Amino acid sequence: MAPNVVLVTGVSRFVGGSLAARLTANPAVERIIGVDTVPPHRELLRRMGRTEFVRADIRNPLISKVITNSKVDTVVHVSMGDHSNSGNRSVLKEMNVLGTMQLLAACQKSPTVRRMVVKSTSAVYGASPRDPAMFTEDMGPKDLPFSGYARDAAEVEGYVRGFGRRRPDVDITILRFTNLIGPRIDTVLTRYFALPVIPTVLGYDARLQMLHAEDALEVLEKATVENIPGIYNVGGDGILMLSQAIRRAGRVAMPVPSLAISPVSSFFRSARLVDSSPEQVRFLNFGRVVDTTRLREQFGFTPGWTTRQAFDDFVRGRDLRPVVAPDHVAAVERGIAGAVARLR
Amino acid sequence: MADARVIPLYPGSGNVARQTGRSGSGGDSSSRPYDATASDEGSGEGRMSWDETVAEALAFARRRVLGDYEVDEFGFDAELTDHLLLPSLRPFYEKWFRVETIGLHNVPAESGALVVANHSGTLPWDALMTTVALRDHHPASRQLRMLGADLVFRMPVVGALARKSGQTLACNPDAERLLGGGELVGVWPEGFKGIGKPFRDRYKLQRFGRGGFVSAAIRAGVPIVPCSIVGAEEIYPNLADIKPIARLLGLPYFPVTPLFPHFGPLGTVPLPSKWYIEFGEPIDTSSNPEGAENDPMLVFNLSDQVRETIQETLYRLLAQRRNVFLG
Repeated sequence: MAPNVVLVTGVSRFVGGSLAARLTANPAVERIIGVDTVPPHRELLRRMGRTEFVRADIRNPLISKVITNSKVDTVVHVSMGDHSNSGNRSVLKEMNVLGTMQLLAACQKSPTVRRMVVKSTSAVYGASPRDPAMFTEDMGPKDLPFSGYARDAAEVEGYVRGFGRRRPDVDITILRFTNLIGPRIDTVLTRYFALPVIPTVLGYDARLQMLHAEDALEVLEKATVENIPGIYNVGGDGILMLSQAIRRAGRVAMPVPSLAISPVSSFFRSARLVDSSPEQVRFLNFGRVVDTTRLREQFGFTPGWTTRQAFDDFVRGRDLRPVVAPDHVAAVERGIAGAVARLR
Repeated sequence: MADARVIPLYPGSGNVARQTGRSGSGGDSSSRPYDATASDEGSGEGRMSWDETVAEALAFARRRVLGDYEVDEFGFDAELTDHLLLPSLRPFYEKWFRVETIGLHNVPAESGALVVANHSGTLPWDALMTTVALRDHHPASRQLRMLGADLVFRMPVVGALARKSGQTLACNPDAERLLGGGELVGVWPEGFKGIGKPFRDRYKLQRFGRGGFVSAAIRAGVPIVPCSIVGAEEIYPNLADIKPIARLLGLPYFPVTPLFPHFGPLGTVPLPSKWYIEFGEPIDTSSNPEGAENDPMLVFNLSDQVRETIQETLYRLLAQRRNVFLG
């Protein structure tokens, strides 16, 4: 049964806004209400079409009024932010965790809410040398994340599960996304790969699994309009090694010994270039891959882009000018081959 | 002209290669019949002229520089392993340890199987040599996917190389995923107890963990191939273990061998013992009843059976061996 009134949180950012834009194209959805603390910029607002934007903070009990008054039946919670934009962790944590709690409290009171879709992250599995090669939905982290985005996400998931116990009539879909990538989206990872010289941890090479942002939106839309409760890992097929991804982007890796990581990372953080929290560094050490069998078989979705295709699309779409250009490398190869041929 | 000068790629005929190389640079184009000793495993690789070799090396370098290669979910980089890691181990396999394999036919050609072997030698050369044996000398040229301790993946460089060469963490989900995918999985259930044991305990199998490898094999329904390695115990005779230093460095043991640590880097050169790797009769696990992996008695019995087989084979091989270095 298609939803009538959908509430989308975090609508001023790429994922929330684009999801609202997609939902407007679906005639079965009667109303779309977008909520965020800041208004979306003009281009995004134009794409969102008939979405009704409500400038509200989900930490404010006002959200409860929005939900009851407009008889929202489906809540899509995508506002959980990674630590890419603001440097202030406590504000972000408040937005993520307290915002979710407030939103859940509002939903619990509302008799009309029937479905909830939460955008979570595969970061809840952590990253450690004791990790299995691929995480299934039933596995937990080896070490509990003690701070940052992963901790936020783990807490949010916990509250959502609690909400599910108190409102068993609400169908809950939790989607654990791997790192999103694409030409239009701005995340920690896209900023990282946009650096001309990319700091890595010496002696470590992470396995990266990525998901094209368009696939992510499609999954969110499917979860919103269809009724598929459960927890699902969402990630592209295959992996890229961090070193390989850097090479494919034509970047130069700058391996930093792990002892020197903290001064280097504090430089990058103060320069607001990339996120370099301990959690992010662990991720860049060990990486993380999730098993998406359940997504395919139960959720019924196969990502259209593999990790590699998504990454290449990002490199092309962003027009990253390679520091190491493939043409140059090919020219060098031809040059040496030519010299060898002359030698004979 | 292109196929006139032949440089065998195998170290088994290294001096032949050098001779032809010299005659080639002198402009002598006399075609020389290909040395048969080098072509033991056929395929075009052995019969390439040197410019083709250069072209291939260049193409390999280009693919590496541009990141144009495939890596599987476990981080296994087949291209790197075949082009760089295995060739660097081959001289050790062929010249240094002169490994002889016995019973390679016991390793299935296509389906998944679990190779269980004894562990020894302070550094895991035995694991590396078993990989070379199966890749180079098994008729189906099988890639052994090893299960390693988490310490391996914690260490810089070593951990990254381990993943690239096809290893993954020794845990049941990974083992079952690999076995279910029809891979050949290698496991050394003695772990650090085996590899770091003192020299006086050589060829005495240590405790076989909790038998997790058996339940993984039962669940995946694949046979267990016991593998006995003789020779690896003598490469670094571990005379003593300095526990305080080991604790300080976070290592499971800190060995003292005749050459290490007082000779520094020289101490890391393994002694050239003569090796034998014997693969025993596969032990079937698929005939066990449903849910057998949850029967601890059955798992322990099977684990003991594998252990006994390896131990007996070790004693037999040792009885046949006359000299540690000459075999």
